[in-house]
Amino acid sequence: MVGLIGKKIGMTQVFEENGTVVPVSVIQAGPCPVVQVKTKEKDGYSAVQIAFEEIRPTRSNLPGLGHFRKAGLPPCRHLQEFRVDNPEGFEPGQIVDISIFKDVPMVNVVGRTKGKGYQGVVKRHGFHGGKKTHGSMSHRIPGSIGMAAYPARVLKGTKLPGRMGHKRMNVSNLKVVQIDVENNILLVRGAVPGARNTILRVTVSPSNQKERVRKSNG
Amino acid sequence: MDILDQISAKQARDSVPEFNIGDTVHVDVRVVEGGRKRVQVFQGTVIQRRGSGIHETFTVRKISQGVGVERVFPLHSPNVSSIKVIRMGRVRRAKLYYLRKLKGKAARIAERTEKGRR
Repeated sequence: MVGLIGKKIGMTQVFEENGTVVPVSVIQAGPCPVVQVKTKEKDGYSAVQIAFEEIRPTRSNLPGLGHFRKAGLPPCRHLQEFRVDNPEGFEPGQIVDISIFKDVPMVNVVGRTKGKGYQGVVKRHGFHGGKKTHGSMSHRIPGSIGMAAYPARVLKGTKLPGRMGHKRMNVSNLKVVQIDVENNILLVRGAVPGARNTILRVTVSPSNQKERVRKSNG
Repeated sequence: MDILDQISAKQARDSVPEFNIGDTVHVDVRVVEGGRKRVQVFQGTVIQRRGSGIHETFTVRKISQGVGVERVFPLHSPNVSSIKVIRMGRVRRAKLYYLRKLKGKAARIAERTEKGRR
């Protein structure tokens, strides 16, 4: 099933009917026009390419303009592909909007996390660090990073300080709290990656299917 | 931020009664007891207000059977059906945590009148 490209607006809270406070992330999801439909015969795999956020033609380059003109659309800032089993029923120019999340209990959200810069092992990998007092001089250092003469090198994948964040992250099974079809606003429970205005990829969670199967079985 | 404001505005109560720290308030709270709904009253002194917008909460302190009881209410919660000011208090602090250490006569708060200095 095809998803949507969205933008993180921020977080707030909503009240349930019984007064429970639900922390929500607000996502501006779509509307996304279909730009290209890829088929197995022509492209080797089947997918739907959709766009988000219209831009002025002068802001686009010529290949971009041509690509969008083919679908009869104004150029957009973001392009993303969603693999589908059967691309029939999708046509360039058609608009995919938030109504695809109607009656969907949960969604997955992919985004880029906030960059944290060069961080030590305590923040980056959750090491406990050393003692703060009692004569300790190793407060936040990683400690031993391996053996001695053999192997005489640091093993690959050893957790060390380095760049943290600014990575692709997938958050699964976020509960859909509210949908505003008119304004293309999606409210999901909990946090989504990135700062405000981060571009997000929202898809229907596959575990919804399992839930339905479980219900119908029992 | 505009969209966030719109979402909160939909949640917020229509009119927030004006009350301040130190005021004695009467709060009607909706409670569900085994499927039955009723309104519970919580009356006491407002000892703090914190947060802004939809996140704002206030804390009410009262002495119940000799024991100090504090309850935190989200200002815009649908469970808070009404807030009434019983008596205005004259205080010089934004948070009245000092009341926790006091009892009886010492825990009184002077009444604020329209004329008097705050």
